[in-house]
Amino acid sequence: MLLVRNAYIIFLKDFHLEFRSRYALNAIFLFAITTLTAISFSIGPLRLKSEILSPLLWIILFFSAMSGLSHIFVREEEQQTADTLRLVTSANAVFLGKWIFNMVLLFSLELFILPIYLAMLGVSVGNFRVFLFIILLGSFGLASVATLIAAIISQASAKGALFAVLSFPISLPLLISGIHGTRLALDGGTLAECLPDLQILFSFSIVIITLSLLLFEFIWRK
Amino acid sequence: MGLNRNWWKYFLGLWMLLIILGAFLYAPPAKGLGETARILFFHVPVAWLATLAFLISALASMQYLRRPEKKYDIWASSSAQIGLIFALLATVTGSIWAKKIWQSYWNWDPRETSIFILLLIYAAYFALRSAVDIDEQKAKLAAVYSIIAFITVPFLVIIIPRVYESLHPDPLINPEGKIKMDGRMLQIFLGSLFGFTLLFYWMLRLKIDTARTKLVVDNLDK
Repeated sequence: MLLVRNAYIIFLKDFHLEFRSRYALNAIFLFAITTLTAISFSIGPLRLKSEILSPLLWIILFFSAMSGLSHIFVREEEQQTADTLRLVTSANAVFLGKWIFNMVLLFSLELFILPIYLAMLGVSVGNFRVFLFIILLGSFGLASVATLIAAIISQASAKGALFAVLSFPISLPLLISGIHGTRLALDGGTLAECLPDLQILFSFSIVIITLSLLLFEFIWRK
Repeated sequence: MGLNRNWWKYFLGLWMLLIILGAFLYAPPAKGLGETARILFFHVPVAWLATLAFLISALASMQYLRRPEKKYDIWASSSAQIGLIFALLATVTGSIWAKKIWQSYWNWDPRETSIFILLLIYAAYFALRSAVDIDEQKAKLAAVYSIIAFITVPFLVIIIPRVYESLHPDPLINPEGKIKMDGRMLQIFLGSLFGFTLLFYWMLRLKIDTARTKLVVDNLDK
């Protein structure tokens, strides 16, 4: 499997580069912390209901993703390394490598931010396993959408503003069912109750990944 | 001579006049919804055309990716521009009706959400187009985005309103697949659909012709 091997090499390259500069890592972690602090600070000692807690979590996750996940492609264009990458390996290997990287980045953010979110806002989770499952599937989809849109906007001007503008309508099915499912899970919903949300999250993510593998070639090749 | 080629435009003017008169004088009020239901003769065709315009734009985009010819890009962007107008009209008419029947202009019913997202997608599409300078690249990236967005729309229009509750009446495409319309209402509705589709065709042709002429004039300058 040459494709998988090449994708893995691309992933390793980005991983090493990221740990040299820590640009995306800093952006995304600090953004999440800043937002969370702002929320926690402004609500003070109030106990919020799950109808509010769940959208807040997804707003934090979505905009944190928007602050850092485009860097993976923007960097290649800014440092003018994209052309070399185009010569070295196939388009889909590049996409898969960068997609895995973005997913790892988003998951590590969640590993860090979720405990703080639960503690700072005094959240009690009714059904923890379903809660984790929803977050996991939701960010799987979010990372997929973000990687695909990042590839598009890296070739445009006004990249930062454009990234959120283009990603939002596409990730809305994810956000709607993610928010709905998280609310149910916080209130102690069972797996069966959250199943429609999980189904939408899963099918939408698969559709986006399939679409990415079909379309990325057109974005990437000049 | 001009009359011969353009006879259908006069016919359309007359036709729309009849539809407007028919909508208010000929069709009976709908059961349960009363006089306000008359808006459906205008609201539904307009919403349907917003979707059709989007479909045409996505199909032209796919064709562009297969064979990068300028005309397909003109088709895609022209159709999207007219689709944006129709989506705006559908939103406004829907919102006025919502005020009458639900006592608020906007309450994020799943239907309202889906038309709003359609608007956002159109806006993002044009934001992307204006952010890329090179023509070929603009056409290519816009085509890719249009296809991604088009795949997202079924999730928002079909799946999400069915999973989560909606108050929106859908007399034509309901789960039982039955048409619940009075005979005279149906006549006016289908007539209006036909009239609006013809109007759309006319607008699209005008738009495409203008874009083509502009292309020729731009080439003359060089």
